[in-house]
Amino acid sequence: MVEITDVVCSLCGCVCDDIVVEVEDNKVTKVKGACAVGKSKLMGHGRIESPAIRENGELRDCSYDEAIKEAAEILAAARRPLLYGWSSTVCEADKVGIELAEEIGAVIDNTASVCHGPSVLAIQDVGLPSCTLGEVKNRADLVIYWGANPAAAHANHMKRYSYISKGYWTEEGKKNKKLIVVDVRKTATAKMADVFLQIEQGKDYLVFSALRALLYGYEDVVPEVVGGIPKKDLLETVKMMKEAKFGIIFFGMGVTHTRGRHNNIVNAIQTTRAAHTHTKFNIMPMRGHYNVAGINQVCTWETGYPFAVDLSRGYAWYNPGEQSATDLLIRRECDAALFIASDPGAHFPGESIRHLAKIPVIQIDPFPNPTTEFANVVIPTAISGIEAEGNVYRMDNIPIRLRKLVDTEYMADEEILERILEEVRAIKEKEGE
Amino acid sequence: MVEELLIRNGVVYDPINGVNGEKKDICIRDGKVVEEVRNPKVIDAEGRVVMPGGVDIHAHIAGGKVNAGRLFRPEDGRKGREAKTKVCRAQSGYSVPNTFATGYRYAKMGYTFVMEAAMPPLAARHTHEEMVDIPILDNAAMPLIDNNWMTMDYVKSGDTDLLAAYIAWMVKATKGYGVKVVNPGGTEAWAWAKNCDLNDAVPYFDVTPAEIVKSLAVANEKFEMPHSIHVHGNMLGHPGNYKVTTSTYDLVKGITPYRDRPTMHATHTQFHSYGGTTWRDFESKAGAIADYVNKNEHVSIDLGSVILGDTTTMTADGPMEYSLYQITGRKWTNHDVELETGSGITPFLYSGKVSVHTIQWAIGQELALLIKDPWKLALTTDHPNAGPFIGYPIIISMLMSKRRRDESAADMHKVIYDRAELPSIDREYDLYEIAIITRGMTAKTLGLHEHGKGHLGVGADADVAIYDMSPEEHDAGKIQKAFLNTKYTIKGGEVVVKDGEVVAAPAGRTFFVTPECDSKLMEEMLVDLKAKFEHYYSVSFNNYPVQDAYVPNPYEIKAPWRS
Repeated sequence: MVEITDVVCSLCGCVCDDIVVEVEDNKVTKVKGACAVGKSKLMGHGRIESPAIRENGELRDCSYDEAIKEAAEILAAARRPLLYGWSSTVCEADKVGIELAEEIGAVIDNTASVCHGPSVLAIQDVGLPSCTLGEVKNRADLVIYWGANPAAAHANHMKRYSYISKGYWTEEGKKNKKLIVVDVRKTATAKMADVFLQIEQGKDYLVFSALRALLYGYEDVVPEVVGGIPKKDLLETVKMMKEAKFGIIFFGMGVTHTRGRHNNIVNAIQTTRAAHTHTKFNIMPMRGHYNVAGINQVCTWETGYPFAVDLSRGYAWYNPGEQSATDLLIRRECDAALFIASDPGAHFPGESIRHLAKIPVIQIDPFPNPTTEFANVVIPTAISGIEAEGNVYRMDNIPIRLRKLVDTEYMADEEILERILEEVRAIKEKEGE
Repeated sequence: MVEELLIRNGVVYDPINGVNGEKKDICIRDGKVVEEVRNPKVIDAEGRVVMPGGVDIHAHIAGGKVNAGRLFRPEDGRKGREAKTKVCRAQSGYSVPNTFATGYRYAKMGYTFVMEAAMPPLAARHTHEEMVDIPILDNAAMPLIDNNWMTMDYVKSGDTDLLAAYIAWMVKATKGYGVKVVNPGGTEAWAWAKNCDLNDAVPYFDVTPAEIVKSLAVANEKFEMPHSIHVHGNMLGHPGNYKVTTSTYDLVKGITPYRDRPTMHATHTQFHSYGGTTWRDFESKAGAIADYVNKNEHVSIDLGSVILGDTTTMTADGPMEYSLYQITGRKWTNHDVELETGSGITPFLYSGKVSVHTIQWAIGQELALLIKDPWKLALTTDHPNAGPFIGYPIIISMLMSKRRRDESAADMHKVIYDRAELPSIDREYDLYEIAIITRGMTAKTLGLHEHGKGHLGVGADADVAIYDMSPEEHDAGKIQKAFLNTKYTIKGGEVVVKDGEVVAAPAGRTFFVTPECDSKLMEEMLVDLKAKFEHYYSVSFNNYPVQDAYVPNPYEIKAPWRS
């Protein structure tokens, strides 16, 4: 048995890096310090066992060489290929993905597109006053979760970084902190809150506007009830915000994907700026996948833009709403798709799935999921953070290197993509002759 | 196979070797300058200007805040689009170009080395990931070590040996190049939405910015560090700040540097040379700063000269960016980094119709023209803060042509004739002086001349820029054009640019310094540092240092402890 310390969890955007793992006979046998979901991933579960190609409706096992060749042929022949996913793999693989997209003139998009894409649009409008999670841990005396339920979705978030954690000016943990939760239902996180604002579905924009007005001193324009919240509760909230030494708003899908979408986030950021005229105030999106922040970073420094990048012109063209993965699929524009480290089969709208059923689809993933059900080429991979190492970016954009814990026969994402790229170039060169 | 190259009959400007416009052949073998070659490929440089590859001492080209700038400015990304070619990746951006465009554009200007000016230690991996993606250029990055809690603790206790041990650990852990200082104390104060002047106490830490700067300079000189401390002082961008600036310079007077170089490099000095009390009576104090630099040997500067037009400002000076955003009301991103530093980013437009911008524009050039010895200053725009690096040729043409300055001034706000000195200065730079402020001085100040950069002596890296102009050229427009796109750029003996086009894009190397510290001292320091990780950092001690995988093409410089 070997004990490995400082293991980095490759599950969610928390990227906890203090996990202790025991390995015996090349298997993870014990996990300490991870949340239940993280532990389950580290312990391992059902895998795609072999590369496979679909023939007559059935997946037939094949070699890596054969699957890679088939994938390359599909991509080289495509006129409007889509490369999508990238958030649950490492930056090294993402870089090869972008190079591949350039080579074949693809649209490259990542899961932010259906997740915090609206947040990105808001940041492009107004910017983002933020900080690292350690700042929150050491300084924050007011924590606000808005449309986010970390108790279920980011189980170590409060303990490591925010409400429950102890830091330099917060050595007594939650004792001297306040927690405000804004949500449409009384979540597990809401049950812990000092103040729970139960807002009406889709009224986030209104409530942000009311808080902003109050923070700027325009109490007279705020009605008695806003989005289901009595004015006195809003006044109390604003008082807490002003009196805090260091406040932070963490927001989740509950704000990005309700009515108003990116406008909600613009307003959330403007509210933060309003609070910043009184005291230190920051805001941070609760990123889901462990490296969704990373693909946004890599895609930005390599192409100039964080998601929904169209490389068909030879240079990067960015117009989300026209070139995101779902836009392309719903218009039935795309004629081949590669999905890596993601599951559009489960998360995309039905209309786009119907188009996917008609075009060749390549899946690269360690785990079977609904996308596997219609993929034409399935390529299993090593699990990043367990069987392969590489760089990832935590939700606060802090880069951390995933460790390799056990050996594997599976090929890593980066290598698979490099080989596809190599094959594609060989095909194109041959065609050029 | 031996690769040989002969650059024939160029007019060479190689200030480090005292070569001033001599007609000379340059012999190259296996990426180095050599005495002679036997069977070379020949490049005919007849009558053209030949210089060593440019060395930029200070630019923000890679890392978290540069990328935050790209991310929140898709409108900037649209400005620099170029499709991929057989050699080049797709390009985007103007003030915040993508990594590929950064490498190609610098190379086209004849630059072969760029120093990334500010690396947040906790995010050092990010800076390195981007630097690996910048083609052609050799590079390095300076970690921020001034607002760090560890630094302030040792400044308070007065233990500069332990501070030196911390510097050693930090520079090594980040694979960095030296000690960067940005608004010492002020950035920590910004974590509470406050700021610090030079002699204010940093909230909770009971030290002053002045003490931080002085202690870091003392600690830095305990090693044979190639570079001095590199300082962005307090009160950047504030009217009347020139007194803070000279007071900051005074702090390191009397500290003995390890070798023949200043003890402080003061960066983007334009932003620190302001007179007046408000934006209304704002005026140039470049004369006062130049006077100080002329009379003293312990400070070098770079210009931070303004390029008119739109840009993206970014700095670890969080409170400064907030002030700027409050003036413009444009978008603003901020990112404070636990126990170490912070950053702010906001777009900005420098307009020749605005009085303040006009004076700022004048100050950068005044500094260059009023400081007598060009070995004391470097050409920078603090890219992209005072303007993007792609504007360097504009500044070169201004410094070389009084006529061009006068013509430009005539189009700008008339305040330039009342509150700036520029219109009254007749001096014009010659090509030798341009070569000093773009390669000779910068390589020497960074200590890179001992590692093959910034000159063309035998043994130097074969990094060469051949500009398509005659040494007698006086037309400012032609000078600007020549410095924007070289006839040839040669990097490590390989032709990377020909006739203004990138023809090869090899990977660059990352230079980093390893300060060597007594192991007992290091052990003592590590007790304190590990406690910080145990209680306050959100990343574990063992996951913190930058792994070797992030620096695939390393060049290590050892900095022994001075006994």
